[in-house]
Order: sequence, then C-alpha cells, then structure tokens
Amino acid sequence: MSVRETFLAEAAKRILITDGAFGTEIQNWKLSEADYAGDLGLSHDQKGNNDILALTKPEVPESIHRAYFEAGADIAETNTFSANRISQADYGAEHLVREINVESAKLARRLADEYQAKDGRPRFVAGAIGPTNKTLSLSPDVNDPGYREIDWDTLVDVYKEQAAALVEGGADFILIETVFDTLNAKAGVMAVRYLEQDLGREVPIMLSMTLTDLSGRNLSGHTVEAFWHAVRHAKPVTIGLNCSFGATQLRPHVKTLSEIADTLIMIYPNAGLPNELGAYDEMPDTTAGFVGEWAIAGQVNVLGGCCGSTPAHIKAIADKVTGMAPRHLPELQPVTRLAGLEPFTMPSSTAV
Amino acid sequence: MTATPSGSRFVNIGERTNVTGSAKFKKLVMAGDYPAAIEVARQQVENGAQVIDVNMDEGLLDAVEAMTTYLKLIAAEPDIARVPVMVDSSKWEVIEAGLKCVSGKPIVNSISMKEGEAPFLEHARKCMAYGAAVVVMAFDETGQADTKERKIEICERAYKLLVGIGFPPEDIIFDPNVFAVATGIEEHDRYGLDFIEAVAEIRARCPHVHFSGGLSNLSFSFRGNETVRRAMHSIFLYHAIPAGLDMAIVNAGQLDVYDQIDPALREACEDVIMMRRPGVGEDGKTSTERLIELAESYKGKDTVAEKAAEEWRGWDVTKRIEHALVRGIDAYVVEDTEEARAAIAAAGGRPIEVIEGPLMGGMNVVGDLFGSGKMFLPQVVKSARVMKKAVAHLIPFIEAEKDAKSKAKGRIIMATVKGDVHDIGKNIVGVVLQCNGYEVIDLGVMVPWSKILESANENEADIIGLSGLITPSLDEMVTVAEEMQRAEMNIPLLIGGATTSKVHTALRIDPAYTGTVVHVLDASRAVGVASQLLSDTQAEGFKASVAIDYEKVREARANKGQSDLLPLAEARANAFPTDFAQKPAAPAQPGLHVFEEWDLKDLVETFDWTPFFRAWELAGNYPAILTDEVVGESATSLFADAQAMLARIIDEKWLTARGVCAFWPARSDGDDVLLDAGASGATRLPMLRQQFKKSRGRANFCLSDFIDPAGDWLGGFAVGIHGIEPHLERFKAAHDDYSDILLKALADRFAEAFAERLHAHVRTTLWGYAPEEQFTNEALIREEYRGIRPAPGYPACPDHSLKPILFDLLKAQDNAGIVLTESQAMLPTAAVSGFYFAHPESQYFGVARIGRDQLEDYAVRRGVDLPTAERWLRPNLD
Repeated sequence: MSVRETFLAEAAKRILITDGAFGTEIQNWKLSEADYAGDLGLSHDQKGNNDILALTKPEVPESIHRAYFEAGADIAETNTFSANRISQADYGAEHLVREINVESAKLARRLADEYQAKDGRPRFVAGAIGPTNKTLSLSPDVNDPGYREIDWDTLVDVYKEQAAALVEGGADFILIETVFDTLNAKAGVMAVRYLEQDLGREVPIMLSMTLTDLSGRNLSGHTVEAFWHAVRHAKPVTIGLNCSFGATQLRPHVKTLSEIADTLIMIYPNAGLPNELGAYDEMPDTTAGFVGEWAIAGQVNVLGGCCGSTPAHIKAIADKVTGMAPRHLPELQPVTRLAGLEPFTMPSSTAV
Repeated sequence: MTATPSGSRFVNIGERTNVTGSAKFKKLVMAGDYPAAIEVARQQVENGAQVIDVNMDEGLLDAVEAMTTYLKLIAAEPDIARVPVMVDSSKWEVIEAGLKCVSGKPIVNSISMKEGEAPFLEHARKCMAYGAAVVVMAFDETGQADTKERKIEICERAYKLLVGIGFPPEDIIFDPNVFAVATGIEEHDRYGLDFIEAVAEIRARCPHVHFSGGLSNLSFSFRGNETVRRAMHSIFLYHAIPAGLDMAIVNAGQLDVYDQIDPALREACEDVIMMRRPGVGEDGKTSTERLIELAESYKGKDTVAEKAAEEWRGWDVTKRIEHALVRGIDAYVVEDTEEARAAIAAAGGRPIEVIEGPLMGGMNVVGDLFGSGKMFLPQVVKSARVMKKAVAHLIPFIEAEKDAKSKAKGRIIMATVKGDVHDIGKNIVGVVLQCNGYEVIDLGVMVPWSKILESANENEADIIGLSGLITPSLDEMVTVAEEMQRAEMNIPLLIGGATTSKVHTALRIDPAYTGTVVHVLDASRAVGVASQLLSDTQAEGFKASVAIDYEKVREARANKGQSDLLPLAEARANAFPTDFAQKPAAPAQPGLHVFEEWDLKDLVETFDWTPFFRAWELAGNYPAILTDEVVGESATSLFADAQAMLARIIDEKWLTARGVCAFWPARSDGDDVLLDAGASGATRLPMLRQQFKKSRGRANFCLSDFIDPAGDWLGGFAVGIHGIEPHLERFKAAHDDYSDILLKALADRFAEAFAERLHAHVRTTLWGYAPEEQFTNEALIREEYRGIRPAPGYPACPDHSLKPILFDLLKAQDNAGIVLTESQAMLPTAAVSGFYFAHPESQYFGVARIGRDQLEDYAVRRGVDLPTAERWLRPNLD
C-alpha cells in the first residue's frame, strides 16, 4: 500500500488527529539566544528561529513531538514552517535550509515509527511548508499595484528545495499550510510536481488555507470555494483550514468546505482568539467542544490545533472524537470548476 | 441590457480585453495606458462577463511583458479579479508566463495538435500542473479542421489523448473553428452547419466537454453591414447553443434577439447558415446570392418596422402608458416612456419622475385591480413586463443623474436557496412586489447564504425573502436564518415555496433568528406582509402577533407528544398484507430503455392542466375553470397564450423530451427492497414505514410491502425536458417575465405528462402487465390505473438521497441528461423520476412522522451516519 492508501484506509475508520502548536510550546522552554545558535557560528541573532532547533537543540522539538503523540496524535507536522531560503535569509541561515529540513523530518520520522511500533497504529509525518513572507499575488507598494517582491519561478525553486529535503528526511506528505496567498500555494503544488518528476514517484500533498477575515477569504481574496477550485488539481490527500481564528469563527467555512471537497477535510484552528496580551486562553475542553460539533455534523476527517493549542488541547480533542464517525466524502459531478477570487461553475455539457 | 445569451448554460466571455479584437484596447496597451486598459476589464465584468479573455498577441508588443503586467494589475482589482481569466495567446510562452501570474483557476486559450502529439500533450500536462482548464482548437498536423468529419475526427482524437493522460474531461473546451459562410465559394457553404453538427456529434462522443467559438469569422463576408452581421451571429447562436455550444467569444452588443430580427432577413440568414436550400432555387439564385441581395437593403437602415396606430394611440401620453400597463401591451412603451421623459425634462423635471408619475400611476391602477380581484396574476405579470421595459429605458438617464434616489416602498432581496433550482413561485412573488412599488433584488437560484447576507448588507435591504421547493431547502433556510443571527442582523425574513409551511417556519426557522420570520403562503399575501413589516405604525403590532402565533404553534406541537407513534417493531407487525398470488408477471422487455426524443405532440394530449392554472394562482379545475365566473376570462386568456406558445414549442422544436426507464429483478427484505441490477451487483433500497397509530384494520404501509420477498420486479424512471435555456435567455433579455414563467410552467407540464405517458407505455408494453388498458386522460389524472410510480423525496418515499442511487441505476445523466444538485434537485428543472411498483394492490400513502427508533434503524440500513439521515429526513422527524 502506498502511504496515500494507508492514510485513506485509516481515515475511513475514524477521525484522525494531527498535532498542535510548536511556537507557543517552544516559548515554554524560555530558550536563550545561545540555545538557538548552538555552535553553528552564524553571524545573525538566532533567537526566535524555531526551525533551527533541529540542529542546535533537537531535544526541544523531540519533546514536543512526544507530547503530541502521547496526547493521541496520528500525524506529526515537522517543525519547518519557516525553513525555507526566504525566511532563513532573515537569520543568515539560508545555507542550512536542506540540513534543517532533513533533520526535522528525520526526527519526526523516528518518533512516528517509535510510536507506531508500540501499538501498531500507523503514524504519519507531514513535512510542513509555510507560505514564506513574500506573496505572488499582492504588491507591497500601494502606489505600484503591478509590482511583486518575488516571481513564480523563484518561489517554485524555494519550495522545491525545502520539499525535497523534507522527503529526503522521511516525510510522508508535503503539507502546504497557512496559505494566505492562493498563488503561492499553486507554486508549492508545482514545486512538488517537479520533485515527483525527479523522484519518479508520487509525493502526496496536504493543503491548508488560512482566512484573514470573517467573511471567509484569505489575504489574496479567495473565498473558501474559489480556493478549492484553484488547487483541486493538486489532488490533495487533505484540504482544510488552519490558524485564522478560533473554531467558533471557522464554523461556517468548515461546513462550506466539507460540502464541496471530494477529499479529506483537515482543520486545525487556533485555541480561540488571542486576549489583550496576545496570549491564547481558550481551555482544552472548550476547543474540543467546538471542534467536536464538526465531528458530530460529519464535516471533518482530521482535527488538530494551531497557535495556542497544547498537548492538553490535542488530548481533549482526541478524547472528544473517539468513536465518532468520520465525514463521508461527497461525490462531485464532473462539472467545470473555475475561479477568480470567487468560484464559477459551468454545468456539464452532457447535462444540457 | 443586451441580447446576450448569458446565464447558467451559456458562458459570457468578455472579449474587449483582446488586442486582436478591440482596436481601442490595443491602442491603450500599445500606449502603455494600463489604468485605462484596466477600466475596459472592469466594464466587461460590470456588464456581465463571467470570464475575461486577455490576449496580447500583437507583433509590435512584447506579449509576455504585456500579458504579465496586465494580469498582475487586474489581480489588484477585486471587482475584476473575482471572475476567472482566460489566458489567450497563440504562443505557449505567453500562456505559460500568464499562468504564473493568475491565481484561481483560469482557462488556457488555446492548445492544439498543430505541431503534433508530443508538444500537445506536453502543454496539456503543464495546464494540469498549473490547474487550468483548456481550449483545444480543432487543428492537427495537416491543418485546421474545416469539414464536419475533420472537426469530429480531430476533437475525438484530442479527447482520447487528453483523457489518456488523466486530463479531467470537464476541463476540456473544444473550439471546432467557425469559418466564414456566404463567401461565394461553394465549399464554404456548409461551414456554419458543419460546425453545429460537429458540436452535437463531438458532445455525444466526448462526455463532459464544453464548446467555444469565435463568432465574428462567420459573417466576415458582410464586413461593414452590421445589421446583417448581428442577425447572422444571433441566428448561429440560436441553433448552435441547443447543439452544445456553451461559450463564445462575442461582443454582447453585436447580437440581436432572434425573434426580433426582420423575418425576411432571418429567413435568408437561416437558409445560408443552416443550408436549408442548397443549390440554385427556382429564382435561379443560391441562398448566398439571395442574402447578398437582401443585405444591400439593410445597409445603414434601421430594422424596426412602422407599427399601425390604433385608437388609443391618439390619447395623451399618461393615459397611453396606463393603458399599456393595464393591458400588458409592450409594443409602444419605450417610445411612450421616452415621450413622457422628454416632456418632463423640458419642464425642468427629472427622469425618475416618469417612474414616480405615469408609470407608478399606471401600476397603482394595476395593483388596485389585482387587489380587488379584477385582474389576475397572468395579467399582472404581463403588466410587469411592460413596466420593466419602460424602466430599462429610463435607467441610463437616471444613472446619468447619479443622485437620483428611488422612492421604492422598500428594498427586498429574494433568492432560491443553495441546492435548489426552482424559481417560478419566487419570480411571481417578485413581480407582484414590484408591481406594488417595492424594489426587488433577485439573486436567482442556488444562492449560498453568504451571498444573500452580503447582498442584503450592500444594498441595505429592508427584507430578505427565501424560496425553495424541495425538502432539503428547508434545512438551508434554517442555515440562512442562523447566519443572519450570527451576523447580528435584524431585518425580517420571509419564507415561501411549496414545501415550506407555517409549522416548519415556527418550529425550525423562527427560533434560529431573533429578527422576525414570516411564512408567506402565496404571492397574493406577500404584499400585505411586506407592507405591514415596513409600516411605521403597524410593524410592531404585526411582528408581535406573528411571534405569538408561532409560539402557539410551537406549544401545540410540544403538547402533542410522542403518544401517537407505534414502536417500529409493532408498525412492522402491522405491515400491509399484499396478496402475492396476484403479483404481475416479469417485464416483457426487461433492462434499460432510453428515449432520446419523445414526441411533444403526444405529450400535450396527456397534459394535466389544473396544476398549470394553480401555478398562476388561479383556483379551479380544468376545463371548468375556463368558464368560471370569477377567473374564467383570465384563465381563458392565459390558456390561449399557453396554446400559442405550445404551438411554437412544437413547431420550432424548442424543447426535447428525454427519458429512461428500466426494470430490475427485486425482492423485499424487511423494509428494504433489494435489486439485482446485473453487473453493478445488488443494490439495497431502504424504505420507510408509517409509524403513526392506525385505526382498526388499517395497515402501517411501507413501499417494500408491495414487493414479494420470494422474488419480484421493480422499475425506475427519469424524464426531463431539455432546451429551455436559450428561450429563457431571450425572454430575460426582453424583460419578459410573463413568457419566462409561462414557458417554465409549460415545461413542467411536459415533464409530468411525459412521466404519465411513459408509465402507460410501461404498463401496456414494456412491462406489459396491463396490455389492454384504455383510459381517458381524465381517468389517468385520477390515477385509476394499476401500479404506482412514487418518487424519492415525496410522501411515500421521503428520502431525497435515494435519488442518486436511482440515477446511477438508470445512468440518468448519460441516458436522459438529468443531473442532481447537492440537495438532490433535478436539472433541468422540468424533470420527474421515480420507482415503478406494479402490484395491483400497491398504492400511494404518506410516511409522515417517524420515531427515533426508525431513524436509527434506517441510518444503519442506508449505511449513513445519524446526522446525515437526520438531515435528509428532517421533515419526517419531530
């Protein structure tokens, strides 16, 4: 069985659990600049470069992966959200991109295999790719709307470098997450396609959009449905939403997506909205209660958490949905699904 | 408004952003005036373009640079970027550069086998990787396809190649090349017809594909003669759309309404395009020669003929407008409106005063006559058609003024909810409200809640009105109410449509929303409800009385309790004891039967007219209704209009009746029916059983009771009426709601009649269990025959979600062209489906309310989770 098939088989049995936040967990370690920098001899201050811990303090990501597996996670997302050439350039660490990703994926792989060996339940590694801080669709200069900070070919190369290293380290999937710009995500898909050509095998994709306003659009302006139309060609194993806001605000958009996507739905929201101090204080049972409603409504296949969520949140979610039936995949009519910022569907000509 | 065929079937592509087609756009781009070039795209979208075609193929331009610059700029304009882009170039490098700048899912225009299979497939694979649909030109290594055979051969070959590499067939759009006709070269005579016939054939051979074409080539011989060119384009579309053409690159302003083309010109164009009179005629001329001769007379001439003046034409303009509105005469209304406008303008008045003065005055007369029962709905709809035409004429003047504020009594958003496609009732309510001075913003059918809320906010609506016909729409209405609550809205919500009820509204919708929710029983109540809700003095009292009324409904419901339901086991023990000794023989002709085109004339004879009149809110049975004291005159006039339209439907083949039926070996297994459907294996059709307590001797029915557990047969069917869209588009373009509603109502009658006729054919011939039966149409309507045909979603079989199973068994999409929406509504809308039960004791019944125990049992049998079962069976649950 291919990893896609194994994953689908597991997802047919139950609602799967992915992990929760890394950033907020790492903060608990109260690491110093020296902890981050290790003995790599980098010229820039490394404080806050969470991804580099794979090389300088691997026990930190390891303990977090362990905590999430103990909480009931089926999927470990690698700690590589910013481990791309563009983001690492801010830390003067772009030459370490391959190494960070390979080591992060190896770490997650080793732990996934260890937990799988314990109880026989399959565990998966999703190689996480963040959106970078550059956007293909928007101009950073309000006076020059046609200007772009980056072009497609460059971004495809950046993504491909990271994806290749993640797969080399043992990732099962490439998770293109927190998609605020749909065109960036499409470039990510293209990068994986090129990687597949190099490797001569399938590298299954997971896609996760993030909403920037309550009406249900991401930063590039796409509605949830338009986003799905724009990326359906990736044949993703999962499509979903992450980050954005808390579960309550995501509710109508989860419902929409669950009705239109003929693939698994993965949702991992923030633990509510941040309070005045920027901290997340939604309690695990509260989050679990919200996401549990989607499970009851048959709208989700994979659940987890994003900013502010902890192993306690993931455990509460896992406990909540144990024994609940996963969402059934709808069968879609073969109609032409186009999109601008909004979806546009042409009926099948044979249906005339 | 233009006469463009736009809407659900025909995709309107904006083509002014194409340097090869628009001299103006080319000039702007060449001059580097991108801000003005962006405005061209904006206008296209505002005028209804659903896709924007962008082409920069100009020898003096760096096309890659121009394409990417332009696409990046329009990406920054949300009101342009909301629609998909068509990246149009003959050079692959330009297309690929464009794809790198377009988010969403675009269309590539175009690729072809011109350079052979290898580059063709390479480009197709790239399109897949970029996530784009693609236009494929009918072009191969030896050149462009000209004849029908070549078009079919090339497109079919391309289709097989594309599907072979996993290209989604629905993302293929063929352009089989429109070429010039009437060139004087005999080989060119068939080009128009070849295109149309090729489209029909390719569509049959290559499922799910679409068709596009560039129209301007067709009329190339008549450059400079716009009247003839427009006529040719319209006539071509008129014939090509039913064949399958579903998008065309055409300037919307360059089309005429088919019906309004001068008949002589129409005839001559049709002869040429459709090859109706090949060769040299009795007059010694070919069709081309006749058209060229005729074309001379149109050079620079207007096509509108002089109309004979009648007596009322001598009255003053206000009186004329009132007369036209009351009588529903639209022939002169534009000129009368213009006369009134000019007079008011000359006196220093504003164009809005024409609406507030003579037009509203006339409509008030109509409203009074309707309110006092002296006018009936069909007439009112005709009046509205006249009103719309007049307003359409005034809008440019009003918009030129800008500050004009409409003095409508209130602004109402209307929509048929997501998943539902039925809109006759909604359109009628909309017309009635407009006739009474309300501004109605009609969002159409299948409208998601987000769009309804968005539109209500944007337009500062006073009321939202929701409509739906099928039961899943009830749930969707609850969703809309919940979302209105979430958005902290406060405006009233009106609920209407065939399956809606006061009970459902009170029990499910009203509690979801703290604003007022009102169920509106029919169109005639809509005005009363709206006026009270928006009245300064009556609103509070009315809202309070509705709230009390609904609270009472809820209390009554709560007090009813569970006592009258039997436990499922007891209901099953009281099943109907069918006598299987009388079981019908096996079908004479088992298997699947497809009917590509049932004779419409045959169906008209089977029409059940009573529901037709009911759709127009005229109460009474046909034929007595025609002589009814109160509504007789109105009914007779409506009937005459219906007959006239029927004649055209049949003579001009507007509609096609397609259907399929089949019979399968079956046996019952408890409340399930098990089918042996051949290769696809056994299919389980779980049914529902009546659970309410029956009086002595009455059974608790379930459809499975009529099927022998020891072996039996079950049939199924689906019929649909196709081809309505281009005609609705024409009516829409002409602001003709009356004809729109009339045609939809007639199409519904055709569908019902087809179901009835096919059932008779099944009984006498295909199944053949009643070969001798002879019934009058009246007896058929009274369902005196043996056997029943219950439909999923109706009382005996309330679960709509059985429909996809039935459709799969029948291959209804391929065999009858009928598809289902996510709420299991059928498209086309005029369609009927169901099961055939042949046992003489089989009968219709309503399952009505069922208990939790049956719901849980059913979910298991149906293989769905509880929430899914709950959703589909909501109307049968407490």
